[in-house]
Amino acid sequence: MKIKLHVNGDKHSVDVPPMKRLLDTLREELALTGTKEGCGEGECGACTVLVDGAAVNSCLVPSCQADGCDVQTVEGIARGGGKQAARLHRLQRAFLDHGAAQCGICTPGMLMAALALPKRATLDEIRAGLAGNLCRCTGYMKIYDAVAQFLDGERA
Amino acid sequence: MIAAAAGIEVLRPRHLKDALMMMRVAADEGRPLVPMAGGTDLFVTLNAGQKPAGRYLDLWRLEKLRSIESQGKRGLSFGGLATYTDCIESKGVHKRLPILVDASRQVGGVQIQNRGTLAGNIENGSPAADGVPVLMAADARVVLRSLDDERSVPLAEYYTGYRKTVRRADELIVRIDVDVPEGAQRFDKVGTRAAQAISKVVMAAVGHRVAFGSVAPVIMRAHKLEAYLAAGGRDVAEAKRLVGEDVTPIDDVRSTAEYRRRVVANLVADWVGGLDKAPRSR
Repeated sequence: MKIKLHVNGDKHSVDVPPMKRLLDTLREELALTGTKEGCGEGECGACTVLVDGAAVNSCLVPSCQADGCDVQTVEGIARGGGKQAARLHRLQRAFLDHGAAQCGICTPGMLMAALALPKRATLDEIRAGLAGNLCRCTGYMKIYDAVAQFLDGERA
Repeated sequence: MIAAAAGIEVLRPRHLKDALMMMRVAADEGRPLVPMAGGTDLFVTLNAGQKPAGRYLDLWRLEKLRSIESQGKRGLSFGGLATYTDCIESKGVHKRLPILVDASRQVGGVQIQNRGTLAGNIENGSPAADGVPVLMAADARVVLRSLDDERSVPLAEYYTGYRKTVRRADELIVRIDVDVPEGAQRFDKVGTRAAQAISKVVMAAVGHRVAFGSVAPVIMRAHKLEAYLAAGGRDVAEAKRLVGEDVTPIDDVRSTAEYRRRVVANLVADWVGGLDKAPRSR
């Protein structure tokens, strides 16, 4: 079926099977491979994107349900978006500053889930908001520190 | 792309009436449609390479089913597409059935809570669903609608066996109605870790009504325990003995029957021991 997507501000029209995962549509049809597949069953959050502003596991979303929706992926958050991402987003910069990534497979999903947090999120709320994103390297503390610093800056 | 997704047919109604018509036609043709809400359970099986039989009816566009309404002091009415996030954000749920908020926060992570629905969890029939025991302990009723009639079934009578329900092939869950009974409320989920765990044991209690998950082929009410508590019984040892007769846990990948029996007994002991002390124990 033909579906229309607004991805990182760009309009796209793709012809895909309705049950094709949004994850696969992003990676295979739109060549947006920043979104990763981890577990493929909604446990790890590596494939997290924002659909109409809400964090979802793109491995569990049929493309037909994203028809007409606004989708944000990791490629779109640096200034300029898309392939011209020259300047990192402040959240990405905070991840670098705090060493919040090691192997990096969870990072795109962590970034997207963190962007869905309320600006006034407490440490507990950051933990709850990122509970659906697994990281096997960092032990999470550096990620929480990075997100907290980013949110502090957003509030300033 | 996962191969299983390629050939699957999906019907996508815009209005409930159209959806019910599609369900009826498909049922009459002997090719029933599988209703799909947020897809969080369905896509796990698809991604695992198990192509589910049948065709799908995508309910996601039926916006009117997304509401949660409060009625009077104790009434709640959840639309068939109300998500766990909707429950967490609903003041009416916080006030009337706070243990549903607790349970909703423990259903996967935010990503799952944003897409998973109460009705989807009920119909999927997993014995390990976290939200369903809460609704069952609160005497929820499942409202099933077909093209020409509507019926309301107690959730406690909804399951006929492992992942089998009373829903007919032409019916959709349009609402879940709850008139929250009086009494203290409690929700406990015991899993391997605090977040992102499928439960080993779930207990939800509203007064003397007690429901369990992961300890039987279906989510269930503990009838013997309830009868004892309703009659005023408060002896902890007797309550533990009776609930031991109610549950029928098994060994599986997540836990053992023995461990589950022990945890059930401990949770019940804790609950019954404090039942008349705290008016709204959490």
